[in-house]
Amino acid sequence: MKPPVYRLTGVEKRYGQRCVLRVEQLEVEAGRILALVGPSGAGKSTLLRLLNFLERPDAGQIEFEGQPIPNNGEVDLNLLRKVTTVFQQPRLLDRSVVDNVHYGLRLRGIKDAKAEVEAVLDRLGLKPLVHQRARTLSGGEAQRVALARALVLQPEVLLLDEPTANLDPYHVGLIEEVITEANRQQGTTMVLVTHNIFQARRLADRVAFLLNGSIVEVAEKEDFFTWPQDPRTQAFIQGDMVY
Amino acid sequence: MDVELFNITGLSLRVTGLALLISSLLGIPAGVLLGLKNFPGRRLVIALIYTGMGFPPVVIGLLVYLLLSRSGPLGSLHLSFIPPLFTPGAMVIAQIIIAFPLVAGFTMAAVMAVDPQLRQQVRALGATQGQAAWAVLSEARVGVVVSVVAGFGSIISEVGAVMLVGGNIEGKTRVMTTAIVLETRKGNFELAIALGLLLLGMSFLANLAMMRLQGRSLPQ
Ligand SMILES: Nc1ncnc2c1ncn2[C@@H]1O[C@H](COP(=O)(O)OP(=O)(O)OP(=O)(O)O)[C@@H](O)[C@H]1O
Ligand SMILES: [Mg+2]
Repeated sequence: MKPPVYRLTGVEKRYGQRCVLRVEQLEVEAGRILALVGPSGAGKSTLLRLLNFLERPDAGQIEFEGQPIPNNGEVDLNLLRKVTTVFQQPRLLDRSVVDNVHYGLRLRGIKDAKAEVEAVLDRLGLKPLVHQRARTLSGGEAQRVALARALVLQPEVLLLDEPTANLDPYHVGLIEEVITEANRQQGTTMVLVTHNIFQARRLADRVAFLLNGSIVEVAEKEDFFTWPQDPRTQAFIQGDMVY
Repeated sequence: MDVELFNITGLSLRVTGLALLISSLLGIPAGVLLGLKNFPGRRLVIALIYTGMGFPPVVIGLLVYLLLSRSGPLGSLHLSFIPPLFTPGAMVIAQIIIAFPLVAGFTMAAVMAVDPQLRQQVRALGATQGQAAWAVLSEARVGVVVSVVAGFGSIISEVGAVMLVGGNIEGKTRVMTTAIVLETRKGNFELAIALGLLLLGMSFLANLAMMRLQGRSLPQ
């Protein structure tokens, strides 16, 4: 078996005095989809920012592909470019849809990737919108563009923060298909944040339950949903409020 | 008279154009830096820039006069790249000092108005720090152009500082504003009015451009 893409040990993140994340131990396995579930404010988005090296832990250690990442200083660009995120609230550039999707490739000095860009736009049903100003898109359209601009980079790791939150059932289905496809065909490692237990069941290989900044339970999907070990996980799965 | 008008207007545009170019080349990066980066002394620099934005130009003229005069700290050095008083170069320096805080300050405000999330998301797409700063700057492009136009407006119409450091020498340092003062005093209203109208037209065009750009930045 391949070594894990990420290994977190004792990772803590503080904002001011408040510690919003404390992960004793977490591994993200190569080529698999880890769903991260938990109530609002649990620290899911914060964890994704750490995994994309956009913020750094205040304590503990993140290892990426067996390499420890220092907790300060600039992260190596090659490393940064192996990972990307589809954010919970996408901010697109004030340009056309196609320019937004092209953008990450241009950053890498790739100028002519018309075919790749078009394929992704087409797959996500964005063809009719290619020349529209990104600012004028609806919430759901913007979310699909955000997924497109990440997918076109063919990252090793794709972090997805509620990628279907703004979408209708048809597009939820489409995005779930595209996500599964990228995972199966390109072996993209994924961490999927979702509020939706059913989505986690449909897409994930493993599930982690985050509560108040700590991981309560991580398990293979079947085990997680069939035999949850922690009473708080049980309650969460059954749809009860947990705090 | 037409030749005189032409020469005076030409000098005004050359002096102001050069001063604006240099102010922008210095002020835009400074504004981006102040808007995006936290460093020790940042608050002090911002306070200085805000002060500079509202500083009376004539006082800046006095300051430049004292610096450049033959017995002043810079003038006494007799270095070739330090222009002496009563030259277009001296006027350019005064105008740079007037316009720079405006360009830097307005650019900083425009850059700070761009959602910080955007910069983070661009980073996540693989941007270097420089590429991310460029992305923020191009999101703030309307505000940046406004900052340059504001800088232009402030120095093209300025009279006190250029009068002090330029000396209003005919054919050498006489610009539109100082010529208006002189011609009016002499009772030569025709030339004064012509220059006045030209100047008004330029300011109007600059303001029109600024308003159009600001209008475009408002949500549709
Ligand atoms: N930059 C910040 N400064 C201060 N507090 C922050 C910051 N970012 C997040 N927090 C706090 O950290 C906690 C976790 O936030 P986070 O966004 O990770 O939650 P989440 O699990 O993604 O929630 P949601 O499901 O609502 O998106 C929250 O209480 C939030 O208020
Ligand atoms: Mg979140």
